[in-house]
Amino acid sequence: MTEEIIIAGFGGQGVLSMGKILAYSGAMQDKEVSWMPSYGPEMRGGTANVSVIISDERISSPIISQFDTAIILNQQSLDKFEHSVKPGGVLLYDPNGIIHPPTRTDINIYKVAATEKSAELGMSKVFNMIVLGAFLKVKPVVTEEFIEKGLQKSLPERHHKLIPANLEAVQTGKSLVETVHKL
Amino acid sequence: MAKELKLMKGNEAIAEAAIRSGCDGYFGYPITPQSEVMEHLMLEKPWEKTGMVVLQAESEIASINMVYGGAGTGKKVMTSSSSPGISLMQEGLTYLAGAELPCLVVNVVRGGPGLGTIQPSQADYFQATKGGGHGDYQMYVLAPASVQEMYDFVFDAWDIAFKYRTPVMILSDGAIGQVMEKLYVGDYVPRWTDEQIAEKAPWAAFGKPAYRDHNIITSLELDSAKQEAHNHHLQAKYRQMEREDVRFEALDTEDADYLLVAYGSSARIAQKAMQLGKEKGYKIGLLRPITLFPFPTKQIAELASKVKGILSVEMSAGQMVMDVKLAAENKCKVEHFGRYGGIIPTPHEVLEALENQIIKG
Repeated sequence: MTEEIIIAGFGGQGVLSMGKILAYSGAMQDKEVSWMPSYGPEMRGGTANVSVIISDERISSPIISQFDTAIILNQQSLDKFEHSVKPGGVLLYDPNGIIHPPTRTDINIYKVAATEKSAELGMSKVFNMIVLGAFLKVKPVVTEEFIEKGLQKSLPERHHKLIPANLEAVQTGKSLVETVHKL
Repeated sequence: MAKELKLMKGNEAIAEAAIRSGCDGYFGYPITPQSEVMEHLMLEKPWEKTGMVVLQAESEIASINMVYGGAGTGKKVMTSSSSPGISLMQEGLTYLAGAELPCLVVNVVRGGPGLGTIQPSQADYFQATKGGGHGDYQMYVLAPASVQEMYDFVFDAWDIAFKYRTPVMILSDGAIGQVMEKLYVGDYVPRWTDEQIAEKAPWAAFGKPAYRDHNIITSLELDSAKQEAHNHHLQAKYRQMEREDVRFEALDTEDADYLLVAYGSSARIAQKAMQLGKEKGYKIGLLRPITLFPFPTKQIAELASKVKGILSVEMSAGQMVMDVKLAAENKCKVEHFGRYGGIIPTPHEVLEALENQIIKG
């Protein structure tokens, strides 16, 4: 199994940390992982993206241009990455602020209204964990048990009290995800 | 040795390795894409754990001269920077080489020339392997291709630096510096005691004991005959490095029709291109130089007489390809493929270049 993922959105949405939690969880589950952030000027107040690879084998290139899954959190990122999803792959997006939804018919498309849900819950900080939950429902590349371990490993001790809320958000995401187009 | 699993950026791995390998001092000045080296050191506060000094200097020029001073006392000292900062250090580096001082310099390369871009590049190959500073000197240059190697090579760097009394460079790039991968770290190696320094670096200026004359650290010698003799001595060291300390990794080279030569992050991309090529039925091998100086000339020469062609892949306009061509001695076609200015080639582009420039070309 090798899953090549791009997560892209606005800076501040938790794109990089969501990737980090995914990578940590994979590492805890004894997978090979890589996490490659965009660190260019765009991350200083604009779009941010990170590619994460989780694999049973040694990872050749951490730098990839085509993805098994694209997790898209704003319009610019959708425009940029919709066509980088491998045929038969997955595109998961948050419809908030999306004016031109994805149009491809050779991939599986899902949406998760995470922005709306996190606002409704009054917990905007767990937004990215709702998205992560939606992704794990579609592609269970790491199990719940290891998400918890990943959170323990990636969050500083003083934030460990927030882990239950984060895990709950993952569950919320799992039940919130909707199929838009299925091959 | 107990191994602990971590998930770290390449830059953080350099810092972690410095602390755990018994480094005495780090002197640096921040620059993207390597600022996490000093950030991690400042977070870890090694001065409280091992006594290691971490100092943000006022400039890169100050940093490299602090390295000169520290190295002159037989301490394990280092600096890190990225391309424009490393350019500023060139005077210091040639002085370090001339004075035969062991030290570690890390270059996390970004695109140039000039201030350039902050994105990954490998266009500092010439600077690292063909001098950079003035005079006939070489540095021992290690090119890590993973976070684990960023860590491991710091330990290796000390061994080489003190074996040869030479500056060692870890030539990395923005991609390997920024990527986060699994990393296994070992126990802390204690810093050398004064007695150990006296034993391992008897040439150093750590204070004059009664039993010997003054140790003098200098790169100046006005008597040309002595300066030529010193040059012979330096050259003999470089030849010894070529005999004893060349490092490379060969993947599927035994029955390859075509050979990719690439180091650092390009080697990772080339490896993926190799997999894609195999799906198309091509027999492709990869020779990854781990030391850029000394270069795996002999290994490439041997492969050049077996394969139909070689593609050198580097994020530059074509620097390492010169050494590949010298090694191949026209025994087969050698071409370069690269993207530069901070653009990273995709594995598909590399395979396409191999097809167009070598297989069909």
